[in-house]
Amino acid sequence: MTAVLSAREVASKLDKKFPGSIVESTENHILVKSESLLPIASFLKTEPEFAFDYLAFIAAVDYNDYFEVVYHLTSLEHNHSVVVKTRCYGRENLSLPSVVGLWRGADFQEREIYDLFGIKFEGHPNLKHIVLWEGFKGYPLRKDYIQW
Amino acid sequence: MVIKTEPFVINIGPAHPSTHGVFRMRTTLDGEVVVDLEPVFGYLHRGIEKLAEERTYTQNIPFTDRLDYLASMSNNLAYVMAVEKLAGIPAPERAEYLRVIMAELQRLASHLIAVGAFLNDCGAFMTPILYMLREREKILDLFEMVSGQRLTYNYMRIGGVSQDIPKEFLPALRKFVEGMPGFIDEYDQLLAENEILLARSKGVGILSKEQAINISAAGPVLRGSGVKWDIRKADPYSVYDRFEFEIPTGSAGDCYDRYRVRVEEMRQSVRIIKQAMEQLPLGEVRALVPQRLHPPVGEAYGRIEAPKGELGFYLVSDNSIAPYRFHIRAPSLMNLTALRDMIVGWKLADLIIIFGSIDICMGEVDR
Repeated sequence: MTAVLSAREVASKLDKKFPGSIVESTENHILVKSESLLPIASFLKTEPEFAFDYLAFIAAVDYNDYFEVVYHLTSLEHNHSVVVKTRCYGRENLSLPSVVGLWRGADFQEREIYDLFGIKFEGHPNLKHIVLWEGFKGYPLRKDYIQW
Repeated sequence: MVIKTEPFVINIGPAHPSTHGVFRMRTTLDGEVVVDLEPVFGYLHRGIEKLAEERTYTQNIPFTDRLDYLASMSNNLAYVMAVEKLAGIPAPERAEYLRVIMAELQRLASHLIAVGAFLNDCGAFMTPILYMLREREKILDLFEMVSGQRLTYNYMRIGGVSQDIPKEFLPALRKFVEGMPGFIDEYDQLLAENEILLARSKGVGILSKEQAINISAAGPVLRGSGVKWDIRKADPYSVYDRFEFEIPTGSAGDCYDRYRVRVEEMRQSVRIIKQAMEQLPLGEVRALVPQRLHPPVGEAYGRIEAPKGELGFYLVSDNSIAPYRFHIRAPSLMNLTALRDMIVGWKLADLIIIFGSIDICMGEVDR
């Protein structure tokens, strides 16, 4: 069985290393500040205790007040997983750091989120439309998107 | 005399027989050698993730059929398992066994297409794939028996399966699983050591172990690179922990290894089906589920080992009858990330084979 690591315990370890970067942690997920996402992700990937070498997927959710981006991380070595979340507030000029440098698997997924939610990923090597056509107006997966 | 050549851009697709769907590869060639490649897709984007937000949990099951249309049963299973996880509904034991049988039959059907189409790409035009289609036909007949459909089965339900198997099903299935290993052996004898296949696929399109993990590859692409990772073993779902089977892996990570992994997986699938048939209990096939199912506020990620890799559904519920967010983790999309790395440096003729060895389904990539 893939062990789901207690997010609270992981968060307390992260908090020692990166003080003030954790917004909240429940049993199931860790919510981190968007500016400290990259160092935390890098730490989770390289630290031998965690060794999250495999990014299962990234998904964005529109909660009207904010957008939440969910990173499901898995370690093939230890067979355990954890969920890291981050938020970006507002509706315009949204941006998050890109994790493509750590997990290349994020490449198409970040492009998809950019395409359908309008969140820019800083540092992505090729951020452009992926499923919609060039010049498409609006972001269809947002809750306030109106067709036509 | 040195001839100066300029890089040449060529579009392969979107409508090309070897792109396995509407898919475009913007390829930069230096002579015959591929120096750059950009996958362009989205031609089949139907916005299923958005459509699903306006339909009830049950109404979304047919949508999942249309993702990877070569493995509808697996898609159904991944989705209903995610909903069951979200709402806390256990499925009856008999239903779980039926699900395993269907998912493994589906893996056989999908891999038959995968290896058949791969050999087609290698130049063994149409002969191998017709044998594969002949065997796949038998699986489709079995599926038609249980669901009435031959492509989009819509058989799984939240809390079980739509109906019990008819009485003709088990004898027909027994006949099929008895014949299948012989077919795989026969076909393997013809092709495994085939000179053309070896020359064209061995050592071609190598994906290293580290790369495969880094790009979130899954399924035969990951295992072909030598990573022993199969959700059925690593994180057993349904009743997979009750069966004995091996995880075949490759070593070199080339096209031939990915092909071998698929062939070996077919043998293992037959093994699983045989055990599931023996153990199949009697009883209900569907739990009582409210018609207007509204799971509690929360989120769940249900994943399975689909024929093409880790297929998962990430669902967010706001306690209404429709999912608040419906995200599909499609294995084909992730495996496509590896395409550029595998192809750059190889010749144009190898491109088709390398692409064929990934086994993608555009319905799943574009969603």
